[in-house]
Amino acid sequence: MQIDNNQLLRFTTAGSVDDGKSTLIGRLLYDSKSIFEDQIEAVETSSKKKGHEGVDLAMFTDGLKDEREQGITIDVAYRYFTTPKRKFIIADTPGHIQYTRNMVTGASTANAAIILIDARHGVIEQTKRHTFIASLLQIPHIIVCINKMDLVDFSEENYNNIVSQFEEFSSKLLIKDVRYIPISALLGDNVVNRSENMDWYKGSPLLHELETLHISSDLNKIDARFPVQTVLRPQREGFIDFRGYAGRVASGIFRPNDEVTILPSGFTSKVKGIHTLDGDLEEAFAPMSVAITLQDDIDVSRGDMIVKTNNQPEAKQDVEAMLCWLNTDEAKPRAKYTIMHTSNEQKAIIKEVVYKIDINTYDRNKEDKSLKMNDIGRVKLRTTKPLMTDDYRENRITGSIILIDESTNETVAAGMII
Amino acid sequence: MSKYYLNYLDELESEAIFILREVYAQFQNPVILFSGGKDSILVTHLAKKAFYPSKIPFALMHVDTGHNFPETIKFRDDLVEELGARLIVGSVQESIDQGRVAEEKGKNATRNALQITTLLDAIESNKIDCAIGGGRRDEEKARAKERFFSHRDDFGQWDPKNQRPELWNLLNGKYFEGEHFRAFPISNWTEMDVWNYIQRENIQIPSLYLAHEREVVRRSGSWIPNSEFLKLEENEEVVTKKIRFRTLGDITITGGIESDADTVAKVAVEVSSMRQTERGNRSDDKRSETAMEDRKREGYF
Repeated sequence: MQIDNNQLLRFTTAGSVDDGKSTLIGRLLYDSKSIFEDQIEAVETSSKKKGHEGVDLAMFTDGLKDEREQGITIDVAYRYFTTPKRKFIIADTPGHIQYTRNMVTGASTANAAIILIDARHGVIEQTKRHTFIASLLQIPHIIVCINKMDLVDFSEENYNNIVSQFEEFSSKLLIKDVRYIPISALLGDNVVNRSENMDWYKGSPLLHELETLHISSDLNKIDARFPVQTVLRPQREGFIDFRGYAGRVASGIFRPNDEVTILPSGFTSKVKGIHTLDGDLEEAFAPMSVAITLQDDIDVSRGDMIVKTNNQPEAKQDVEAMLCWLNTDEAKPRAKYTIMHTSNEQKAIIKEVVYKIDINTYDRNKEDKSLKMNDIGRVKLRTTKPLMTDDYRENRITGSIILIDESTNETVAAGMII
Repeated sequence: MSKYYLNYLDELESEAIFILREVYAQFQNPVILFSGGKDSILVTHLAKKAFYPSKIPFALMHVDTGHNFPETIKFRDDLVEELGARLIVGSVQESIDQGRVAEEKGKNATRNALQITTLLDAIESNKIDCAIGGGRRDEEKARAKERFFSHRDDFGQWDPKNQRPELWNLLNGKYFEGEHFRAFPISNWTEMDVWNYIQRENIQIPSLYLAHEREVVRRSGSWIPNSEFLKLEENEEVVTKKIRFRTLGDITITGGIESDADTVAKVAVEVSSMRQTERGNRSDDKRSETAMEDRKREGYF
């Protein structure tokens, strides 16, 4: 199959319990012929057992034993399908409130988010919550699918009302690109194939949108950042003096002879070469994994960042961030946490919770400042050593952090630097 | 369109290299779980890329059921020699001899589940803190829930409902004494991606993946290879067919499919039109709806 020049698109799906999210994913997989016969047979058998007629599309996304028994999604599940135009990775995240953490997880790497709205109910609290998270995580493209159009007689007026509702509340949020599609996941209208029931809709079906979203400009090409993961010192014949810095370009473009600064030390040098097993490169850009050598022999190690001298991130020990709390143990003010930022690891304390956000109304709560599981708040952190940061809005890689509780080793919070 | 974007294979490759380098940087004694199958061969190839011009900094660990395809063992030994890597073998036969596990009884007895004990013993005795596997999320519904860095408690168990959230590219590999991690750098690859990449990179794979003549027996809808371990049932008959294998497990449970695809390019074309899942010929997964999840919770690959 010749799909060599195709891009990878990662998207997340958010919806509340009954608005047909699993059915939509099942429909995309089924209509794009990504489901195998033995999977269809297995689902047909279970559908019959449960007394459903025909194939229950939602069952293609069933996962763990408990999920099948309870008919819910517990954890992020990843699904894959390919069309002649693109490869897709779906982060299928559960919609109920206690799983905000999973939605944040799925959203963190997504190029696009599909937000589902039940045409009969319009915008509800959960819609606002999902949209808030998509905006907080700066997912570049949002596709609002107004589902179950078959249950409202494919009414254009109904669709327009919901679009207005959505536009009204989302105007408070920072969203770069939003589109709307009226669909019926159950019947397949406007999912893969154009709907014959809604000729008033002039846009494209969902799959076509996903195939043609312009995503290559979503990556930051300006600010050259190279967090060093490890140092390669082969010390074997032909490479006796080789000292390569291995990492993945976070953003921007690096070329040989570029003037670079090593942070936090501040030493400067020039890029000598960009190396891979397949040969040296003339340039490296995000998200390429390469090894960089420098013209001068200076001390560089894991946690350092190579940047262009004329464009540097901020070195900060006082970091402000929007923090999403992910753990059942609530945030402990003044307690020490391990903070991970790119390949850099330090200690940090939460100096202050500035406010907590009600993710349904977007109100700021300055009274109750406790951060419990699934809470989102603005915090001030103090780290033991400087982090080299960019604003999350400019750079999702150098603008993101996680906190780890040293007493459990669990990842307890995810943060977006402001 | 801007030229500054990667095609999907390059992006998957870059992601896997990133993860392998994180494993090296965050753990003391990581190994690659090497079965001789295409996925572990792919992981090994990606490790070569991740650390070039250095050698692969991981030993290869093989959990040997004793029920191998002879081709797999030869392939393994040749690769280890070429890489100059260390090979660790955990032997299921030894676990049986030492009384750690007992052979399954009955018609469809296999040593598949017995591997869990051998694997966990080998991890413990070799003080391994991260075992890198070739598991992919598209393979099976329990595997769809796996993290890149997947925590195992001090009994080697996986708790799928209580996993650490994994955001952006920040991987938390912290553990306490006695616990370990599994790392899955090719989580996001599908079977098709693997074949497209093997073809593009011209990666050597065991000839078993290509169509060849072999003595086989029809069992539960698959062609099971004839071997010294196979007990023929009544009405079963050994025939010679042109087949190839889509996955390689124990010789006793891995079914082949009839095929004329005798080159990687032909296999890639065939896979793209496949209508059955890859593990559909693995009787280990067919035992129940949750066979994989149950084994994974115990500590399976």
